[in-house]
Amino acid sequence: MSASNQEKEPLFSPKNIKLLTSPLNLNNPITVQVLGICSALAVTAKMKPAFVMAVSVTIVTAFSNLIISVLRNGIPPRIRIIVQLVVIALLVIVVDQFLKAFVYDVSKQLSVFVGLIITNCILMGRLEAYAMSNKPWPSFLDGLGNGFGYGMILLMVAFIRELFGSGTIWGFHLIPQSFYELGYKNNGFMILPPMALILIGIIIWIQRSRNPQLIEE
Amino acid sequence: MQEIFNIFVKSIFIDNMIFAYFLGMCSYLAVSKTVQTSAGLGLAVIFVLGITVPVDYLLNEYILKPGALAWLDAGFADVDLSFLSFILFIAIIASMVQLVEMIVEKFSPSLYSSLGIFLPLIAVNCAILGGSLFMQEREYQTLGQATAFGIGSGIGWLLAIVGIAAIREKIRYSNVPAPLRGLGITFIITGLMGIAFMSFLGIKL
Repeated sequence: MSASNQEKEPLFSPKNIKLLTSPLNLNNPITVQVLGICSALAVTAKMKPAFVMAVSVTIVTAFSNLIISVLRNGIPPRIRIIVQLVVIALLVIVVDQFLKAFVYDVSKQLSVFVGLIITNCILMGRLEAYAMSNKPWPSFLDGLGNGFGYGMILLMVAFIRELFGSGTIWGFHLIPQSFYELGYKNNGFMILPPMALILIGIIIWIQRSRNPQLIEE
Repeated sequence: MQEIFNIFVKSIFIDNMIFAYFLGMCSYLAVSKTVQTSAGLGLAVIFVLGITVPVDYLLNEYILKPGALAWLDAGFADVDLSFLSFILFIAIIASMVQLVEMIVEKFSPSLYSSLGIFLPLIAVNCAILGGSLFMQEREYQTLGQATAFGIGSGIGWLLAIVGIAAIREKIRYSNVPAPLRGLGITFIITGLMGIAFMSFLGIKL
């Protein structure tokens, strides 16, 4: 499919690069498009599950975008939601079985949230907004870019929550023992679900202060 | 009976879909601008959860679970189809939503006009699929327990969305810092509401 594309423009033309980079900041799926928050918050208490989740979502988004974009002219508009759900569900089953086989402990930690990638709004949102009306290669890049944007926020939140909540990063103790002897305590509150919401609120605050064009009325 | 009541109360307050698991956040954030529409969406969620969770329970119990096919023939006793559960659950949900939409349209046009626009949105609401997946993971014993869990989760979701909508209606008159307006402040308020709901954690049922 990329062969037909190459005649008109190179694989990594500035436009295609922009598809990859804009979701990282000005078009971030979580903080700007408000997509995919459902499963984003619950897996961010530790870095490792957050990273696995981010990779899984990126793979599913990129490939579902690619598949739907290849099929886009053959899908009857009336049943497109079902077709999209079936494609996504198939990819998620593959990812789920893969996780169960190779990183079983993380798969147990993520519990239902792997399955919930199916109803992750990023997937449907990007399929409807982009893949249904664009060529396969740009759609693939768009999916990849949005997966990265999603993963970036996930890792930022997970970094803060794990560092202050458990004093570790990726399971390694980062806060030296002498701190604890001086009376430092892990902030158990960071591990609890509401903190993820408040942290994302603060990330949105920082991002919008730096990019005033994003401010809502 | 008491067991069912416990599951019901627990799924409303302690295991609240929004505050404990963040399920259904997308529509929660998008539709919570006024109390009326959010109440409509909340009712539709209760309705759909109350139907899909029991149906998916039966599906899981008699087809998907390891050994569930034993009722067909003893030879099927060691068949495990649980890897199919995602795709079957989402198919059930999508078709149930379609069915509910058609039935409501036929028999109660007034309800349809208030719920109608939300029903298609619900097929991809994470709270619905999440309900079925939690039901599978927690291994409820009877159909009654699964139904109680479905309806209870729906009511919890309704409480959360109506609460945030009421707060957002009032917050329009407050002077929120400009970059925090809209989405940002909604996240922070939801976090604070989540902290308030955590006070239910101590309840032992």
